Parts: sequence; C-alpha cells; structure tokens
Amino acid sequence: MRKVAIYGKGGIGKSTTTQNTVAGLVELGKNILVVGCDPKADSTRLLLGGLAQKTVLDTLREEGEDVELDDVVKPGYSDVRCVESGGPEPGVGCAGRGIITSINLLEQLGAWDEKFKTDYTFYDVLGDVVCGGFAMPIRDGKAEEIYIVVSGEMMAMYAANNICKGIQKYAQAGTVRLGGLICNSRNVENEREMIEELARQLGTQMIHFVPRDNMVQQAEIHRNTVIEFAPEHNQAGEYRSLAKAIDENEMFVIPTPLEIEQLEKLLIDFGIAN
Amino acid sequence: MVKKKDLSNGLPDPTPLVEEILAKYPTKIAKKRKKSMLANDPNEDQEIQANVRTIPGIITQRGCTYAGCKGVVLGPTRDIINLVHGPIGCSFYAWLTRRNQTHAEEGEDNFIPYSFSTDMQDENIVFGGEAKLKDAIREAMTLFNPKAIGIFSTCPVGLIGDDVHAVAREMKAETGINIFGFSCEGYRGVSQSAGHHIANNGVFKHVVGLNDRERSGKYQINLLGEYNIGGDAFELERLFEEAGITLLSTFSGNSTIKSMEYSHTADFNLVMCHRSINYIAEMMEVKYGIPWTKVNFIGADSSAKALRKVADFYDDPELTAKVEEIIAREMKKVKKVIDAIKPKTEGKTAMMFVGGSRAHHYQDLFKELGVTTVSAGYEFAHRDDYEGRKVIPNIKIDADSRNIEEIEVKKDEALFRDDLVAKKAEKEKAGYAFSDYEGMMPEMDKNSLVLDDVNHWETEKLIEFYKPDVFCAGIKEKYVVQKLGVPLKQLHSYDYGGPYAGFEGAINFYKEMDRMLGTSIWKLVDAPWKAEPEIVGSFTINE
Repeated sequence: MRKVAIYGKGGIGKSTTTQNTVAGLVELGKNILVVGCDPKADSTRLLLGGLAQKTVLDTLREEGEDVELDDVVKPGYSDVRCVESGGPEPGVGCAGRGIITSINLLEQLGAWDEKFKTDYTFYDVLGDVVCGGFAMPIRDGKAEEIYIVVSGEMMAMYAANNICKGIQKYAQAGTVRLGGLICNSRNVENEREMIEELARQLGTQMIHFVPRDNMVQQAEIHRNTVIEFAPEHNQAGEYRSLAKAIDENEMFVIPTPLEIEQLEKLLIDFGIAN
Repeated sequence: MVKKKDLSNGLPDPTPLVEEILAKYPTKIAKKRKKSMLANDPNEDQEIQANVRTIPGIITQRGCTYAGCKGVVLGPTRDIINLVHGPIGCSFYAWLTRRNQTHAEEGEDNFIPYSFSTDMQDENIVFGGEAKLKDAIREAMTLFNPKAIGIFSTCPVGLIGDDVHAVAREMKAETGINIFGFSCEGYRGVSQSAGHHIANNGVFKHVVGLNDRERSGKYQINLLGEYNIGGDAFELERLFEEAGITLLSTFSGNSTIKSMEYSHTADFNLVMCHRSINYIAEMMEVKYGIPWTKVNFIGADSSAKALRKVADFYDDPELTAKVEEIIAREMKKVKKVIDAIKPKTEGKTAMMFVGGSRAHHYQDLFKELGVTTVSAGYEFAHRDDYEGRKVIPNIKIDADSRNIEEIEVKKDEALFRDDLVAKKAEKEKAGYAFSDYEGMMPEMDKNSLVLDDVNHWETEKLIEFYKPDVFCAGIKEKYVVQKLGVPLKQLHSYDYGGPYAGFEGAINFYKEMDRMLGTSIWKLVDAPWKAEPEIVGSFTINE
C-alpha cells in the first residue's frame, strides 16, 4: 500500500487536487482510502457529492467508545472510502490532538485491514505544519510519501519550504520522504520554471504542472471532481496525468529546505523583479 | 559509625565541598550551579543566585506553578470550592497532601476533605474544556451550594487556550456567587513561587475588600503566610485570643474566604512566609495604608519576639502587660522542657532545604536546642529571602518573572487609613522595622553553606561532608537521606506531627528532636551488601 500525504499553504487547492488525483487513480483501478485531516471536514466533499459525512471525532463524541468502522468510513465516487477526522470550531480546543486521536482510532478499528486491499491512503492535511498534531500523518510511518501543493506565489513557496523542514525532521528518524511538488498554477509569470527551480533546490521534482482552469470551479459548485463532472475536458486529462505520475513515481527524497535568502533570490531571479 | 566533625572552632570552610560537587558537572552546569552556592559570611553582602530555571534531569525538590497557587495559597481555605480544571492526576495528587488542618464551626462549609476536578478527557482537549468546566461549576452549585469557587488551570488548559476567566465571569453572573479563575498552568514559572504570586494577585483582585464590615476588636490584625500545617494556626490563634488581639483573617491557614473579604479592615499585617505572601501585604499597604512587618512564630524566643512586635505597634500598656504575662507564663513551660532536653541536643548539627521561609524559621528552633545549622537553602525562594529585601531593586527581572502578571494597585480614597501611615512613620522613627525582611543569610553562621534549589547529588555530598545529625526537607528526600543513615524531619508535612509554631509548638518540636536525635536506629541500618556481596559477577569490554 502506498501512503500519501498532501500538504501545502491554506487555500492552495490541496483538497481539490487530492480528490481529482484520487479520481484519476480510481480510473487506473486503484482501491483508495482518503483521510481528511482538517477540522473543516471538507476534504471529501467532491468524492461524496456533498458535505454529508459525520466526522470521526463527532462520532467518537456522540457514540462514546462504541464506534464501528462503518460509522466513520463512507463510500464515495467509485467506492473510494472517505473519512473526515473533524475537529473543534475555530479558536477552541486542540485540532492537532484531534487528528492524533482520529488516526489512532482508525487504526484500532482496522481501517487498513487486509480485506480492504487498499492500494493508496491519502491524508489531506490542513495548511502549514503548525504543531505536532498536524505532523501526525508524517510521523510513525503513517504517510510515507508527501506531495506539496504549491504555486508561484511567494507565501505558497514559503509554506512549501516550511513543510520541507517538517519532513526533513521526521525523515531523518523514519520512513517519510518527499515525492514532489504539485504546481497548482495561479498564472504567475514564469511559474513553471520557478517551481521547477524550487523543486531542484529542494532536491525533488515538480511532478506535475496543473494549469488554471475555470472548469475546476464549475465542477466544485456541482460537488464533483472534474473527472466525474466533465470527463472529456482538458483539465480532467491534467488530473489523469498527475495521477499517473504519482502512480509511476520513483523519486522519494529527504528534502533540503532553503534558507530564506535563497528563497527570496529565487523569486527575484524568476518573477517579481522581472 | 561515622566520625563527627569537630565544630568547636567554628564551621569548616565548605569551599572544598563546593569544588567537589561542581567537579562532576559539565562545565556549563557547573558554572550555573556555582552561583547558587556560597560560604556564608554574615558580615558581608554576598549575592546568591535564586529563582532561576532548574537544570533538567538534576532531581530537584521543586514543585510547579499550579502546586503553588492551588496547593499552597488557596488549598487551606475551607469555604471555597477549589476546582481544578484539568486531567484528574493534578487534582488527585494535590488532595490533602500538605496536611493543612482546619476547624469549621457546626454548620459551616468545609470543602477541604474533597477533591474537585473537571477530569478532562481526550475529547475535552480536542474540542475545548470550557463546556465541561461550566457543567462542573453547575454541579458543584447543586451539590454544595458554596459561597465561592476558584478555578485552577493545569498545563493542558493553557495549551488549548480555554479561557477560564471568561467562564468564571459568565458563571458568576449565572450563579450569583463569587467565581474567579487562575492562569496557574504548571509550566508558567521556574517553581511553585510563580503560583504564589498568581494566587496573591487573584485573591487581592477578587476577594480582599468585598466586605467593609464594622470593627469587631480593639486590635485588628491579619496573619499572612501561615498555612496551618499540623495545627500551627490553632496554637497561634490561642495566643492572639488570650491577648485580646482580633485575628481577622489568616492567609490562609484555618481560613475562610469570608474572612479574607474583610481582611482589609485590619490595622496591621503580620507576614510569616515572606516568599509566598508578601505581594498581598504590599498591595494592602498601597491600597488601604495597612503597614506590615515580618514575624516568625517558629521557636519560643521568636514567638515571644513576634508577640512583642504586635504589642509594640499598638503601644497600649494594657496589651503590653497582657502579652508579657502570656510570654512569662509560656516561657516557664518552655524552659522546663528545654532544660531537660538541651543537654542532650547541644552541639549537634542540622541542615535544612525546604520552602521559601521554613529553612530560615526553623533555624531559630534549632538554635534554642543548641543545634547548629551547618547548611541551608530554599526550594523556591528569591534573592530577597536570602539576602534581605534591600536587594529587591537589584534583582534581575528575567523573561520567566515577566511571564507573571504584576497588578497595578491604587489607593482607595475612601478606605485608606492615613492614621496608620502616620503611626508607621512615628514608629519607624523609634526604630521599628516595617516592610522589611533581612533574609536568611545574615542570621547564619560564618562558613555555613547556603545553597539554593539543592538536588540529589548535592544532598549526598553534603551529607558525606557534614554528617549532620538531622536533615530537614520533604517526602521526596526523606527515604534517600534515611538510607544514608541520617534521620529526616519533614518540614512540609511535619511527618504527621505538629504543631510546631508558638510556645506549645516549640515544646512539641523539642520533644520530637529529643526523640529523633537520641535514637541510633539509622546508624544500625547499614545495607547488607556493604558487609558482603549479594551477587558476584564480571563483565568484559570489547574494544
């Protein structure tokens, strides 16, 4: 089983990219479990055709210890198994601890039991790695390959670099590796070249460049992935290519995060200053 | 049997001992620890390092901020529900462990035998614990109908950001009783001392001054920093009552929240444990003009001195005569016991590492027995408790002390006692010491070793060097010290004994020391493996 975690700056399109990639992998005949690690619980919306799922933590809170796997794992598009960790409202409690509790519970309940013949687990993780809880998917070998969604905007690259620091820390003690950067284009000038260079300096690759297309928003409004909503559209092809690239990926590295000066220089050399 | 040190020509220079202790430490740690140890010279101004972070792994005596706030300052007050917001362990292990006694009148509230906790679970950490805290307060209201509830924050509460103060305000409005919170998370300071300060601030803000009741006595005082361990407060209350002195409130041995509410109507504050309570004494003086003086009721002579200080302050011949009568009578009883015991204890040695005042106060009792204190230090005191309040302006304010709120207190125009300010000025002119504490070091012998925040390694070396007849500390040290063949007297819990304050207390302590210093049991308990090996083995090292 491949264990994948998707990180990246908040609002960069992690959930959209993850679900579309998953849809692409489904077409390749893969069995997939998606674990949303965001208190907003919107990581599986497109696969489930809406926000209908009861989160692991809500279930735990309401049902006590007596939780069954079927209470928290819901079948979505093409039988992708979908889980939302859930968490507290903004400004309350500890969302990080929530993710730890939630993943532990899924393990106890046998979410990865042999009988499911799971080919891929995707962890879709909120924003930056702000605390130990959000690093949970990359600790203890839970996720083994990380893809960072990034764009040519400075803060997105800055976040990607920070996430690499987290990966580096846990990679040295465990099995987690960086699989590559996914560029979710914002139509920034020289974006492809800049992200390719960033990837090179981080010691990794840009695994795919996803161009910006309004079809993504249209599909989202209809609570669908592009692959399901407009299978013939160009953008569906892009996600299929990304899925294929991930499936065939063999480049797993311990990243070498950049110093802030290096990062700024990169921006100056490729974009803003030109 | 170990050979005793000959102290007839004064205490030995402890420098070689200090060097031996430091030699085992890594350089950086040795450099830091060195500043916390010194060979005392009562005639010199010496600087000791105190109230700084403990070195991790060093096996310290210290406790946490929560322990200082909940356990020490508010724990002994009986008519308040001290509700611990956190996982159950923090509350359970702080339950009745300090042996604060209390005496509730028939029908009066007494919550001291209970342990109150919100018992936070994983779910409350993830989703926040405020709802559970509110439920706990409502439950406490239904079951006990208390007059006041204090909320004490444990570490996780600070980490997840539960706002205990907002909950307190909301529940105060809902229930109509006094409810207040403390941000006393265990990690907040370098020791329990931070918790004392936080508790002082909270009590002053939310309790003191709520009830401006009429005077009920001619001489109205408060006793601050007395915690009624083993019944100490009962003995002192007996003395005050007989002398006709009205003890309005004690912070906080045998105390009630009710009495703290009108404590600001006192004329005079007596401060026992300077470290844990001087903040309230200072704030009361600024706001209400009530002067304070430092006293010590540990030791018969010290108790007499303290009582005379009160009589001297009021300067009333009637009170003075009564106080002298009590002292004369009590000292007669004391003398009878000391005459019988002192010949047996004279010339013996003691060392004490405890608290923020006890390591100083108990030296007076030992002096009365002819026992020399060869080494002493505090667990959580600051430099002023060692060197005297004169050093306060020079104490470095570091990030850890800045972490604790300093509350700004203003003069209460309506209640401020100008008469007391005038009285203080007049008395000061005659040489009376107000708002002062000279600290422990000026009263210790030359070459005695003063050592802050002692640890286990240092304890062992100290015992090896001094071979003291008795060691005073707490439960964490007790069995290790006894295994080294030295009796240990707990000065936190009194080992189930006490009271040791006042005159009756002094007599109890003399008898206790007669018993402890007279026994040879600890010298007979050499470990069997010291005589012959229990297991024989060998090992090789492969290079």
